[in-house]
Amino acid sequence: MAGTSTDTVDMQELWQDIPYVKFLGMKIDLKDGELITTLPPQEHLIGNQFLPALHGGVIGAVLETTAIVELMWRSKFQSFPKPIDVTIDYLRSGRMLETHANARVVKHGRRVANVQVTAWQDDIDRPIALLHGHFLLPNAAREQTADDVV
Amino acid sequence: MAKPPDSPKEDTISGVRLSDLAEMILTQIPHAQAIGMSVVHVERAKATIKLPYDTKLIGNPETGVIHGGVVTTLLDNGSGLATALAMDEIRGMATLDLRIDYMMAATPDRDVFAFAHCFRMTKKVAFVRGIAYHDTPDDPIATSSAAFMLDTIGKRLLGTSPLDSTGG
Repeated sequence: MAGTSTDTVDMQELWQDIPYVKFLGMKIDLKDGELITTLPPQEHLIGNQFLPALHGGVIGAVLETTAIVELMWRSKFQSFPKPIDVTIDYLRSGRMLETHANARVVKHGRRVANVQVTAWQDDIDRPIALLHGHFLLPNAAREQTADDVV
Repeated sequence: MAKPPDSPKEDTISGVRLSDLAEMILTQIPHAQAIGMSVVHVERAKATIKLPYDTKLIGNPETGVIHGGVVTTLLDNGSGLATALAMDEIRGMATLDLRIDYMMAATPDRDVFAFAHCFRMTKKVAFVRGIAYHDTPDDPIATSSAAFMLDTIGKRLLGTSPLDSTGG
């Protein structure tokens, strides 16, 4: 499993180069060998200003980004996975709190990865949204993957 | 808000013309404003909205292609709008789930449009399909399928504005 400090440095550099990630203000951390992304609550991310609540699309974007960065991290940043399809389940409204997300790669094949992502706020046992999706892995990813099955 | 005094036949929701309602909903969603979404065309249960290309929305710096999450946001917002436009009177709603199929990357420097149709509304749930595209829905960037729960917010929140519970 890739988890050295060099990887983390590469990851932060790469992360900062993505304009949309900057726009959202997403941060990324390595905690106990797992990637955790964090979205700080901000005015420009609100979808319902009367609750107020984060825009559902923003939550979807955070989940999708978390899935992609997890796959990039695993390929040592040699690949840029493309989403094929994603399904987002909205469980609770996103309040104006920090939102965290963590991805689980259910299956990493030669061409396609199946990924599940969970987002939560103040209580990890009360997720606000879930994503599962398929991501196309570019050629570079194949060479990095030992347990090819697809 | 302006009532339509001229044409008694014009379609309204809670006394508001569809096009006015759509504009009001979109302008009251801070994130929709932050990324520059606008209403292109609306009719009963259908909405077309536009997202102008913006470098701050780029997801792949090497290609300049906008992030998939932006397309998700556009389809989610368009679907919510189509649901509002399918109502007899304004009611609260919340996205239950949203599936996006990505057919191709958006082209850099080009606006993205999203058309959404709330094709069925039951007492508690609305079902919506959407298409994101550049030129025509026949050449999609992505398609979506969403379900919205209705009446998710108490009527006390609907007092000051008919739009209080919509969006997001």
